[in-house]
Amino acid sequence: MNLLKQFGRYILMLSVVFSRPNRWHIFWKQTITEIEHIGINSLPIVALMSTFMGAVIALQTASSMESPLLPDYTVGFITQSSTILEFSPTILSLILAGKVGSNVASEIGTMRVTEQIDALEIMGVNSLNYLVLPKITAALVFFPVLVVFSMALSMFGGWLALLVSDLTTTEIYILGIRSFFNPFHITYALTKTLVFGFLIVSVASFHGYYVKGGSLDVGKASTQAVVNSSVAILIANFILTQLMLLS
Amino acid sequence: MIEVRQVSKTFNGQQVLFDINHSFEEGKVNLIIGQSGQGKSVLAKCIVGLYEPDAGQVLFDQRNFTDMERNERSQIRQEIGMLFQGAALFDSMTVEQNIMFPLQMFTKKTRAEIQARTDFCLDRVNLAGRNKLMPSECSGGMQKRVGIARAIAMNPRYLFCDEPNSGLDPKTSIVIDKLIRDITQEYKITTVVITHDMNSVMEIGDRIIFIHQGKKWWEGDRHSIITANNPEIESFVYASSFMKEIRTQLQKK
Repeated sequence: MNLLKQFGRYILMLSVVFSRPNRWHIFWKQTITEIEHIGINSLPIVALMSTFMGAVIALQTASSMESPLLPDYTVGFITQSSTILEFSPTILSLILAGKVGSNVASEIGTMRVTEQIDALEIMGVNSLNYLVLPKITAALVFFPVLVVFSMALSMFGGWLALLVSDLTTTEIYILGIRSFFNPFHITYALTKTLVFGFLIVSVASFHGYYVKGGSLDVGKASTQAVVNSSVAILIANFILTQLMLLS
Repeated sequence: MIEVRQVSKTFNGQQVLFDINHSFEEGKVNLIIGQSGQGKSVLAKCIVGLYEPDAGQVLFDQRNFTDMERNERSQIRQEIGMLFQGAALFDSMTVEQNIMFPLQMFTKKTRAEIQARTDFCLDRVNLAGRNKLMPSECSGGMQKRVGIARAIAMNPRYLFCDEPNSGLDPKTSIVIDKLIRDITQEYKITTVVITHDMNSVMEIGDRIIFIHQGKKWWEGDRHSIITANNPEIESFVYASSFMKEIRTQLQKK
C-alpha cells in the first residue's frame, strides 16, 4: 500500500516537473550547469571503470578460450557484444546511480531541510520544475554521450590488455569487434541509457524533494535514492530487453 | 491586509490549529507570539500556502488565496517576501545572485535595472559592496539582512519573518527589528513576524496575537500585553528575570 502511495506521489511529482519553465533562459543556464555537474564531472570515473572493465572482459574471455573450434576473433566479438549490450548501458548506469543519484538526492534534500525549497515556493517559483527539469534534461542529453564514450574506452581497454598480455594481435581483435555487428544493438543500448538516466535523476530527486527532518534524514534519503534507482534500472532493463530484443 | 478565517490544521490526527480568525493590518508590524510548539509557525505556513489548511480561508486583500490554483497563487506569491528562520539563502549563489534571483525570474527588467535594484536593496540593509560574498562567508546577522534584502527585492505588499532574531546577539537583533519596522512603515506593507522574543515584542509589536494550544488566546499591542490579565500571557511575558523585575518596578509605581 505504501509502495503504491509512493509511486502515485512520484507520478504526481513528474506531472509538476514537466511544466513550462518560468524563464527559458534560466532553464537553459541551469541545464548547462547540470550537464557539467551530472555529466562532465562523471567522465573520469566512467573512463576508469570502462577501460578496466573492457580489459577484464577481454582477459576473462581469452582465458576461457580452450576449444580449438572457437576462432581467435571470438575474444574481440565477446568484448564488443558484452560492452554494447550490457556493460556500458546497464552496469555503467548502476555506477552512475550511486554517484549521480546520491549527489542529486543530497543536494535537493539539503535544500529542503534548510528551507531553500520553501523560499523558492514563497517567491512563486515552481520549485520542482526549476530544480528537477534541468537535471533530467542534462541526464537525457549527456548520459548517451557517456555511454558511447564508455563503449569506445571499454573496447580500447580490451585491446590494450590483450596486446600487453600478448594474447592476440590488433588485426584479429578488430576483426572480432567488427564481426556480427548489429547496429540495432546501439539503438537498444542508447534507448536503455535514456530510460536509466531518467530513472536515476527522477527517483533521486523524488527522495531528496520529499525528505523530512535534518541532515541524518538527508543521508538516509540519499541511500534510499541509490537503492531504489538501482532496482528501477534492473526492472527497466529486463522489460526493455524483452520488448526490444525478443519481441 | 491579510485575513485569516476559521483556519484549522491537523497533523497525523493531532489538531494543531483550532478555528483561527484574525486580520493582519496594513502598514503595521503584526506579531504572532507564543511558546514553542503552540502552532504559530504552522499558522504562518498556512497563511503563505506552505501548508494547506484543513478548513478555513486566507485572504490577501480580499483575494481568496486558499481556493486558488497553483498559477494564480504564484501571482500572489510574487507579492510576498519572506525572511526564514535560517535565512534560507541559496547556498550555490552569491549574495548578489540571491537578491537578483526573483527579479530575473519574474520581471522584465534589463540587466542594469536589476543590478541597480540589487545594489539598492543591499544598501537598504547596510550591506553595500558585499555583493560577491557567498552565504557561507556571511555571519548569521548578515545572512538575515541578505534575507531581508531578497525579501524586499520585488517590492512586496506582504512581508513574513519567521523568528528573525533566532541565533542572533541582542545588538544585532535590534538592528534586524529596526530594519523590519522601518521597511514596513516606509513601503506601507503588511508585515507578519513570528517570534517568542519579548525584546522584539516591545520594540516592534504594533499588533500582537498570542497563540496558545493552537488557539488565538489573546490579541492587543505592545502596551496592553504588559498589563494583560491572563495567566498564560503572564507566564510568557514574565518568563525572564529581567521582565519580572520590570513588572515589580511597574507595580511599585
